[in-house]
Formats: sequence, C-alpha cells, structure tokens
Amino acid sequence: MNESTKPAILLPTRASLRAWLLAEDPASRRQTAWGELYRGWCRFAANRLALAGLVAVLLLVLVSLAAPLIAPYNPYAQDLADRLRPPSAAHWLGTDELGRDILSRLIYGGRLTLGMVVAVVALVAPAGLLIGCIAGYLGGAADRVLMRLTDIFLAFPRLILALAFVAALKPGVVSAVIAIALTSWPPYARIARADTLTIRNADFIAAIRLTGAGSPRIVFRHIVPLALSNVIVRVSLDMAGIILTEAGLGFLGMGAQPPAAEWGTMIATARDYILQQWWVPTAPGIAIFIAALSFNLLGDGLRDVLDPKAR
Amino acid sequence: MQVEIEDLYISFPGPGGAHPAVRGVDLAMGTEKLAIVGESGSGKSLTARAILGLAPQGAVVRAKKLLFDNIDIASASPRALSAIRGRRAGLILQDPKFALNPVMTAGRQIAEPLRLHKKLSAKAARAAAVDLLALVQIRDPHEVAERYPHELSGGMGQRVMIAMMLAADPELLIADEPTSALDATVQAEILRLIEDLVSRRGMGLILISHDLPLVAHFCDRVVVMYAGRVVETLRAADLVRTTHPYTQGLLACLPSLNHPRRRLPVLVRDPAWIS
Amino acid sequence: MITVEDLRVRFGGFAAVRGVSFAVGKGKSFGIVGESGSGKSSVLRALAGLIRDWQGSILLDGAPLGTHRPRAFFRRVQMVFQDPYGSLHPRQTIDRQLAEPLLVHGIGDIDARIPRALDEVALPANLRFRYPHQLSGGQRQRVAIARALIAGPDALLLDEPTSALDVSVQAEVLNLLADLQSARGLTYILVSHNLAVVAHLCPLIGVMLAGELVETIGVDDLRAGRIAHPHTANLRALAVELEEV
Repeated sequence: MNESTKPAILLPTRASLRAWLLAEDPASRRQTAWGELYRGWCRFAANRLALAGLVAVLLLVLVSLAAPLIAPYNPYAQDLADRLRPPSAAHWLGTDELGRDILSRLIYGGRLTLGMVVAVVALVAPAGLLIGCIAGYLGGAADRVLMRLTDIFLAFPRLILALAFVAALKPGVVSAVIAIALTSWPPYARIARADTLTIRNADFIAAIRLTGAGSPRIVFRHIVPLALSNVIVRVSLDMAGIILTEAGLGFLGMGAQPPAAEWGTMIATARDYILQQWWVPTAPGIAIFIAALSFNLLGDGLRDVLDPKAR
Repeated sequence: MQVEIEDLYISFPGPGGAHPAVRGVDLAMGTEKLAIVGESGSGKSLTARAILGLAPQGAVVRAKKLLFDNIDIASASPRALSAIRGRRAGLILQDPKFALNPVMTAGRQIAEPLRLHKKLSAKAARAAAVDLLALVQIRDPHEVAERYPHELSGGMGQRVMIAMMLAADPELLIADEPTSALDATVQAEILRLIEDLVSRRGMGLILISHDLPLVAHFCDRVVVMYAGRVVETLRAADLVRTTHPYTQGLLACLPSLNHPRRRLPVLVRDPAWIS
Repeated sequence: MITVEDLRVRFGGFAAVRGVSFAVGKGKSFGIVGESGSGKSSVLRALAGLIRDWQGSILLDGAPLGTHRPRAFFRRVQMVFQDPYGSLHPRQTIDRQLAEPLLVHGIGDIDARIPRALDEVALPANLRFRYPHQLSGGQRQRVAIARALIAGPDALLLDEPTSALDVSVQAEVLNLLADLQSARGLTYILVSHNLAVVAHLCPLIGVMLAGELVETIGVDDLRAGRIAHPHTANLRALAVELEEV
C-alpha cells in the first residue's frame, strides 16, 4: 500500500455529526439512541429559562465538587477577632458569628446540600417507580396492599417525622435524609401507578403479553421506561422542595449539626444577627433560593421535553 | 348563503420549515349539499374549519378570498366570528363522546345555544330543546334530555349534536366525518336525518368524509382532495363516470360484495397530482 | 385447526358472548362480522388468551386450551390489532419491537430475521431503526403484521386490521394478508364490522348480534342473497346499497 491509498483519518465535522444524529433513517440502534437524545436536547435547549436552570445546576455541582480548590478559607477555621465582618476584599461575603469565612462555608455547604438531595432522590425515585408500576400492573391484592402502604407514608408530615426520627436516632445528616426519603416516595409511586394504569390497557402491552412474556419482563422492560419520564419530571421539580425541607430541618437543628456548613444550619445559627449583620443569614438564604429556583427551571424544561402529552 | 374560497393556503410552522397542509384550494358553494372527500392528510377538515375561522392554533391561513356570505373570515374580528359560529354556521364532529360536554345533560347542552343566540328563558329553552330532540327522531325526548353523554349510544349522541347545532337555525352545517365512528346501520339513518333536515330548512351542507360512495348518495356535488389540493370537483351523479385517475383509484380499491376480485387494485400515486 | 364450542364471556354482569361455536380448518379463513357491542372482539381476545374469564371450550388441533396459555401457544397463534397507533410501543424502535418476540421465545439469529420480516411485509429496510411516530398508519400496521409473523405462527387473529386505515392503504394491507396466507399457509380468523372486507378475505363468515352467532354462511351464498337471518340480510343490504356510487 503506497502513500496515496493510505486511508486518511476523518475527524467528524460538526455538520456531519449533526447530520448523523438527525438522520431520518438511522442505521443502527446506537445511532437512533443518540439521535433521540440529541433531538431531546435541542427541544430542551430552545427553552432559555430551562437552559439557564441547567447551567446554574451544573455550576452548583461543579463548585461543590471543586470546593477544596475554590474555597478561599477553611470553612471551620474560626477567628473570633474577626467576627461579623461585612463583605470586603478579604472576605467576599463577610464573616459569621465565629469569624468563619461565609463564602467558603457556602461553597462547602453546597456539597452537603446537593449530596443530601442526591441521596434522597437515589433512594426515593427508584423505589417509588417500582412500587407504583408493580401495583398498577398487577392490580388486585398487590395493588391494594401497596397503595395502603403508600397512603400511610403519605399521611406523615415531613418535619414531624424528622422530629420522631431524631428521638429514635441522633440528629444529623443521615436521619434527615432518611426522614425526607420516607416521606417523599409516595407521590412517585402514585404517579408511576397512574401512568401504569393507563398504559397497561394499551394494545401494545397486549401484543407483548401475546409473545408469552411474563409479568416481570413486561413491567421492567416495557412499562417502567414509559412511566420514567413523569417520575423524572417530578423528581426535578421536587428537588427544590427537598432542598427547602433540608434547610428547614437544619434550621430546626434536626439536620446537619454545627459546625457543619449546611445552608439551613447556617441560617439557624445566625438568626439573631439578621437585623444588624444581615449578610450572615442572608447569604445562605440566597444560596438556597438560587438552588431551588434552578432546579425548578430545570424541572419545567424537562417536563416540556419529556411529557408526551405536551408534544 | 354563499361560501367562497379562492386560493386558500394553510401551513404549520415547524422545525424543518413551514409544512403546507392546504395548498391553493378553490371552492364555492351556495345552498346545496357539498361533500369534501379525501384521505387522511388531504386537508379536507382544515379547509372546512377555515370557513369558520377554526384552524388550529399556530396555523398560518391566507387566501385570496375566504368569504362566508361576503364576510371576510381571514380578517374578521373575534366578535364577528362568534356571531357566525353556532348561529349562522354549525359544526358537527366525528365522535360525540369527545365533542359533547361530559358533565352537562343533553337537554342543557341543546338549551345553551338557544339561550345564547335566541335569548330564550331557561324554561322556554328547555322546552325547545325537547322539541329539537324529537325533531332529530329520538323516541323519548323528555327522558333523553336528562341523560349525560356517557349514557347515550353513538347514534343518539350524534343526534344530540345535530340538535345542538340546529338550535340557532344556522344557514350552513359542516359535518366532519359525522358517521365514521358509528355502525353501518346507524350511519345511514344519521345521514338521512341530516339530509332531510338540511333540505327542509333550506340550509347548506358541507359533508367531510373519507368514504366516497357514501357521500355520493347524500350530496349534490363532490370535491375530491389529495395532499392539500383539490383534485376534482364534480356532481355526485357523475362520480361513476369520473376520468380522474385518483378518484377512479379511490373507487376501485374498495372491496366489493357484488364485484369480488382476488387482488384489489392499488392506488398508484402520481406525483403530478401534487405539482 | 381451531374449534370453539359454546364460548361464553362475561364482563361483570354483562354477557358479552353467549354461547358461540365455530370451527376453522388449517390454512382457511373464518370471518366474524358484527356491529359494535356484538361481542366479536371479545371472542378473539378470549381465543388469544387476553381474557381469562371465559367458559366453554377452545381447541387447538384438538387439544383443549385453558384460561392460562403456555408460551408455546403464542408461537402458534398471534394477533394483529385494530389501531396502528396503539399497537406499537411508542418509545421503542421498530427493530427492538420486532426483536421482542424472538427474545422471549429464545429464537436466535435476530439480526438476520428482522430485515427478512420487514421485507416480507414490503417495508423498506431503512425504516428499521425508526420510531413508530415516524411511520404512517399503513406502515405501522405492516410492522404489526411483521411482528405477529416473526416467530412463525400457524394462525393469525385479526381484530379489525384495516378499520383505522385509509381505503387505499386498506387495499394494500388486504392484498398483503392474502399473499401471506398463500405463501405461509396461515389460518386466519378475521373480525370486522365491514362486511365487504370480511367477504373479500374469508370464504366462511359468521355473523354476530348481541353476543350470539346468529348465522354462519359461505361467501357465495352471502353474495347471492341466500341468507337465513334478517340481521345478515340487513347488513348485506346496507353494504350493497352504499358501495355503488
């Protein structure tokens, strides 16, 4: 083989990649999957607010992950001579009642907040989805039992349950996560069950039953993927609520304990200073607001993309 | 009552550019029974709805002429349009299950246009509604007036819709696939009823359907549409002698009891029809 | 091949099917015509095993079937549904949906069988990785037929297979069904409210009214008007009257 017949390495140009993704007739499963993802992304990105929400959430995640690299000070380092300083060049958001840098505590606090949210969602969403789909598909006794279970947990107000947990275990991040998770899963089960009830009477499910597939295969392979979109939407909309609940628990002293830099706890320990040194409780408050708002915008955007009825 | 449409274009904006659904349709009718026939996607429903200004949200409608009794629909104000809709022109839809309000009794739904357009009192409207139900050949009009839509059979639901639309004495009735969701036995009855009422009241009728032989029995003229264009306009009596290949193809591809064939002729679409 | 004796189906207090009996020979077609509420779809669904609550007996090649069907049954009998928009999974590609019966039955060689299945129903190969919403109604119905045939059944239960299609597409699908039957020796049970469609494909026709099979008639007798039951005569008269322009 001489020089002229050596194959050149073709790097995909942007235009050719886009053409491949948007091809009307994909030639492989991978191409279809990527194409659908790309189309969904285009629809999502057309919504400016949703895009802003996504960017904000990604920034939050990045900042939290890079905390040791970004935070100017140690979040636990106290300097009582320097307490309650207003924002300045040395401390961009000032210092709190123990002289700790508020900006650093916010950045590290983001880790706790987002970590707790992810922990809750990772517990709650799969459990709710599965319970709802199984109950909806099987019907009968299984449905009744699972739905009564759902009703029981739905009846508990979150904060009261958290207080009960604190009495049983010790206050802290773990009990807060468990308490929130235990009271958050019922709505997902209901949503998944409602979707399943609609889907299971469809002809395509009948067609799959006619292949001789058993119930587990039908539920996990065919129904769960359809019920997933509504659950994802609900999750992203709920994240804001979870953040607020965590903050509330932290404020009541039920969540992360001091000296942990959790946003809610930061507001609680600084509430005496709200009138004079307003920046101390306000900074974490604004952080909570921005985080909740970003997740809300992201959730709205996801719903517009994923909700089949909105198409 | 005259309807005049000249060069009607309806398109839907989309990611790949504007998608044209109706492309240069010409149509004119007076007090007669006109059928618009075509397959799905031919634009027949859109064309008829454009007469009432009822094209779906986001549709771009433009025409050289779009006149209902010399009123320009394309530029009419919402008030002018609502004076036409329901009062001077009625629309009957395909499935009464979806077109009737599920939480109102049949009697109340018929009484509503009577109260709105004819300004009758509640009591008078109720009595007039029962009369209308009798007019559409419902056997127990008093009893049916108290029923909810889900308690009505398909045929009865359609009769209720017809009664609703006739309440304000319109001059034009547009029926969009009124019998497609009904059984064969009921289909013929409903179409005969529509034909009879329209003739007696001197109304115009636009009957939209995909069923060519069916409309030929009930209408004076037939407009055949394909891919947003009018392919042929002819009198119903001349349908059997049509020379246009699309109309011929539509007629030929139907399985027939009297003329059995081993293979049904398949419609070969000529791109020239869309040019 | 399939024999039904005194089939009864109830939905709660309502008797949808009241003692229906018929037999279909191997490679033959039996049509069931009736209006909505006549119970014809319920007969088919009981045959398919989608309805568990029925009485009477259903025999496949002489062997009686119970309310629960073994997987082997589904390799022999398949169903095509009415609504092309509802009978395909909205979020799975055509390729995935055609693979499903093969995966469930453990049939190998999937990558070769799928293009063959598409070819058999005259669908171009480039549609393989599309989603249902990217296909027309006629194309979707062809996919549904391909899915029903891919595991090699002996009998097809067809529930109003062309009622939701345009007439030109209906003609193509009816031709396709006729071709497939002669190529594969399939047994058909076709249910429809359209007498002309049933008469086109089925030499033997059962007429259902209010849950009962009021007449079983050969298609030649039907065409000639040698009819016993008034309901059949009524259906025939309507079909004939409305089919001539």
